[in-house]
Amino acid sequence: MDITRLTYMANQIARNVEARGHDIAVTDTATHIIKFWDPRMKAAMLNGDRSGLSPIAAEAMQKVEADVAAKAA
Amino acid sequence: MGYESQADFGTPASTSEKMVTLTIDGRSVTVPEGTSVMRAAAECGGSIPKLCATDSVKSFGSCRLCLVEIDGARGTPASCTTPVGEGMNVHTQTPRLQKLRKGVMELYISDHPLDCLTCSDNGDCELQDNAAAVGLRDVRYGYSGENHMGLAPDISNPYFDFDPSKCIVCSRCVRACDEVQGTLALTIDGRGFGSKVSAGTSLDDFLSSECVSCGACVQACPTATLQEKSMKEIGKPERAVVTTCAYCGVGCTFRAEMRGEQLVRMVPWKDGKANRGHSCVKGRFAWGYANHQDRITKPMIRKSVDDPWQVVSWDEAIAYTASEIKRLKDKHGARALGGITSSRCTNEESFLVQKIIRAGFGSNNTDTCARVCHSPTGYGLSTAFGTSAGTQDFDSVMDSDVILVIGANPTDAHPVFASRMKRRIRQGAKLIVIDPRRIDLVRSAHIEADYHLPLQPGTNVAVLTAIAHVIVTEGLANEAFIKERCDWDEYQDWARFVSDPKNSPEFLEPVTKVKAEDLRGAARLYATGGNGAIYYGLGVTEHSQGSSTVLAIANLAMVTGNIGRRGVGVNPLRGQNNVQGSCDMGSFPHELSGYRHVADATVRKQFEDDWGVTLDPEPGLRIPNMLDAAVDGTFKVLYCQGEDILQSDPNTHHVAAGLKAMECVIVQDLFLNETANYAHIFLPGSTFLEKNGTFTNAERRIQLVRKVMEPANGYEDWEVTQLLANALGCGWDYTHPSQILDEIARLTPTFTGVSWDRLDKEGSLQWPVNEKFPDGSPIMHVNGFVRGKGKFVVTEYVPTDEKTGPRFPLLLTTGRILSQYNVGAQTRRTENTAWHPEDILEIHPIDAEDRGVKDGDWVKLASRTGETTLRALITDRVAPGVVYTTFHHPSAQVNVVTTEYSDWATNCPEYKVTAVQITPSNGPTDWQEDYASWAERSRRIKAEITAEAAE
Repeated sequence: MDITRLTYMANQIARNVEARGHDIAVTDTATHIIKFWDPRMKAAMLNGDRSGLSPIAAEAMQKVEADVAAKAA
Repeated sequence: MGYESQADFGTPASTSEKMVTLTIDGRSVTVPEGTSVMRAAAECGGSIPKLCATDSVKSFGSCRLCLVEIDGARGTPASCTTPVGEGMNVHTQTPRLQKLRKGVMELYISDHPLDCLTCSDNGDCELQDNAAAVGLRDVRYGYSGENHMGLAPDISNPYFDFDPSKCIVCSRCVRACDEVQGTLALTIDGRGFGSKVSAGTSLDDFLSSECVSCGACVQACPTATLQEKSMKEIGKPERAVVTTCAYCGVGCTFRAEMRGEQLVRMVPWKDGKANRGHSCVKGRFAWGYANHQDRITKPMIRKSVDDPWQVVSWDEAIAYTASEIKRLKDKHGARALGGITSSRCTNEESFLVQKIIRAGFGSNNTDTCARVCHSPTGYGLSTAFGTSAGTQDFDSVMDSDVILVIGANPTDAHPVFASRMKRRIRQGAKLIVIDPRRIDLVRSAHIEADYHLPLQPGTNVAVLTAIAHVIVTEGLANEAFIKERCDWDEYQDWARFVSDPKNSPEFLEPVTKVKAEDLRGAARLYATGGNGAIYYGLGVTEHSQGSSTVLAIANLAMVTGNIGRRGVGVNPLRGQNNVQGSCDMGSFPHELSGYRHVADATVRKQFEDDWGVTLDPEPGLRIPNMLDAAVDGTFKVLYCQGEDILQSDPNTHHVAAGLKAMECVIVQDLFLNETANYAHIFLPGSTFLEKNGTFTNAERRIQLVRKVMEPANGYEDWEVTQLLANALGCGWDYTHPSQILDEIARLTPTFTGVSWDRLDKEGSLQWPVNEKFPDGSPIMHVNGFVRGKGKFVVTEYVPTDEKTGPRFPLLLTTGRILSQYNVGAQTRRTENTAWHPEDILEIHPIDAEDRGVKDGDWVKLASRTGETTLRALITDRVAPGVVYTTFHHPSAQVNVVTTEYSDWATNCPEYKVTAVQITPSNGPTDWQEDYASWAERSRRIKAEITAEAAE
């Protein structure tokens, strides 16, 4: 999956929930990605270059990573 | 059911709760106060002769045929205009009345052709019936006097003729146009003997006039004056079957009036709760596509999209499809497989397509065209209220005091509901329209919006937040409602956010281009004007903030307490006939039927036990993600039923690239649509006239679709899916869609009380239908929100990344027109092209002049994504800086220019905002020419090639 597009999508989610406050925004972004992204999209983002992610999206991806790891375990 | 016209009670039903008892011809009858004597007589089995009265319009009292005698009343009053009174004693059949009626009828017939035997209305004519009823035997005046016979008929409308020779000037057509349709196109021209029905001005015929060809006048006409051309050609039907229209989300029910397996005409069903006996040009007339020469009725396969199609047997097609699916699944895994359920097909068909994908293919890669229209509605309303659907039934609008329409154009896209809405507005309801374009509702006959907020495309959230700002800061919030029904803490957070001066209409005016004063007025009106109802469409959802806009709408309804009763609510106007249904059926990749997430093990187990399979717990790919994954090489098989993603989805080049990258594209459709140009397998589909099933309309109303003729392709669409499923080893054994519906009811909590038998008996049911709501739910969230407390969500305005600039200074927005339907696969194959033969670009006079564009010129429409050409229409309906077009024709391929930006939450494409430039042009672009020749080549069928060679 094209990392530029996935980065854009993650940042867009983060930007739209930002006004809910930092902590909620991080949780909501992560929940959204867990709930709606297909495994290959999550994997591509997690294994790819995350440097383009906004701070909220980057923190959210850490939560996604933990969720993926927990499910794999 | 045999063929009898539906009962006509002469005048509309009274809604009064007070009852009145009277005696008619010795029979005692009790009816609501306000009922006419005519209707009361009909309700107790009588029949008073009538010509100018019909129960779809108000009484008029002009024909003088329905006279009655009432004890104690003077003279012989007209029964249509006389309301019932307590203890009234009415005589409808007396020698005196017979004489009077015969005299009236004699005058009518003295100016009417006596060609009954050869008249196309023979046996279906109220004039004929009433002449018989009054016992007319002779016309003493002769026929040599001045008369109206021999006048030229107006045959300009492609579907019905107007024959003035047969007109009795009862004005039922004019009143139907006024009251039922609300277009007010027809009128009676002249006076006395010179009176005649006119379609508009003296220069107009029915085609050139403002007539929208809804058929209400044809329905109302008691003679052969206004009649369907098909009746003339075929003759009187012999049976009628009630079924549901397959065009828009209004879900009109019709009587399909048949001769054998031939459809003679579609007549709106008066008992249909969605349409209440009304129709539009599409549902009533535009069904000729079903037998169009382009329709493909045999399966076809090919190895490569560069090869011509090869016609094969069903057995061969299914075996080949199954072997390709198995081969690619073995090679690339289940997650490389997926499909798209159709919002045009039935609930049962959608359910089976998502079932074959989940249980047969083994992936959750199922999506539906709601992805590109109302997916943000699903997300927004389930977040705010707890359920993914509109809150009201259509009847509710008749109790609305303020109607707020945002991003919807009901008179074009949901015309039958728009007629109801307009009737309510003519009764005095206030209207607010939020739309970049001056849609018909803003100002049309006897309708004028109190506020039109012509916002800049892409600023919905800013405008709605500014409205909320006014409501909260001016103390207009309904705090009692909020405290009782919503989460108070979340409300306070939200109220603080919207109250910020940066959300004031004045601060946002430079962005939204909406005058702050108008916005404040509209906000006050919505908050204080009584029952406030919001209706919205794709102008809300098809934006990068589509989901936020739906949430902002929900916030407005909650802050003003406009939810949970008649006349209020949040009402998404659904596009496709069964888009609500396809969403309900678990078509989305992340959820099973009834909007339950696939990650929920309890829910999944229910399906796993029922289906005998293990389901993937991870969400699948959405349509745009499928295309991305295909380009990436990880998505290989697409089973696409009844959707044309190449034409309807944004950025055509990218869709084409995605389809090209797949190894097996299976298209199941009526026609070789644009997507089929990239397909390897074509499975012919069946029309709604050829199948049994159910559709669910925008008001959650589940209605039966009944088969009136055998499928030309041999199978109903659900049968084709079952053939394929069984070739994959699924072992399905459905013999009728009612069994699929039983399975849906068994597995879906909102459908537990739904069954085929019940729908057959009751006509329709609105989900949820279950233990809690045994008779269904016309209005939702009556005593509390489905999710518990209503949720206020902060919606910050985030501008779209699609920006205008020096190269692309204009904003393009897209929409629909009345006579065409979406990609036009159906309507383009009917006479509806008489109204809209091509897509046209609307451009403001200032922008046109700047670019040297004149009315009717070819112009090139270019964006960062692509370019196309079409002709220009210069109009001030669009604001300067904004251009508008429709997307009904593949020749224009408007989605070549739309971008890949999409809603942040659902990936619903941002069709409504594209930065473009317009320049004069000589003709089609290279892309259009290349595509046309490629499409032609791709549609070759082998037998045809051989035949050509033999010649």
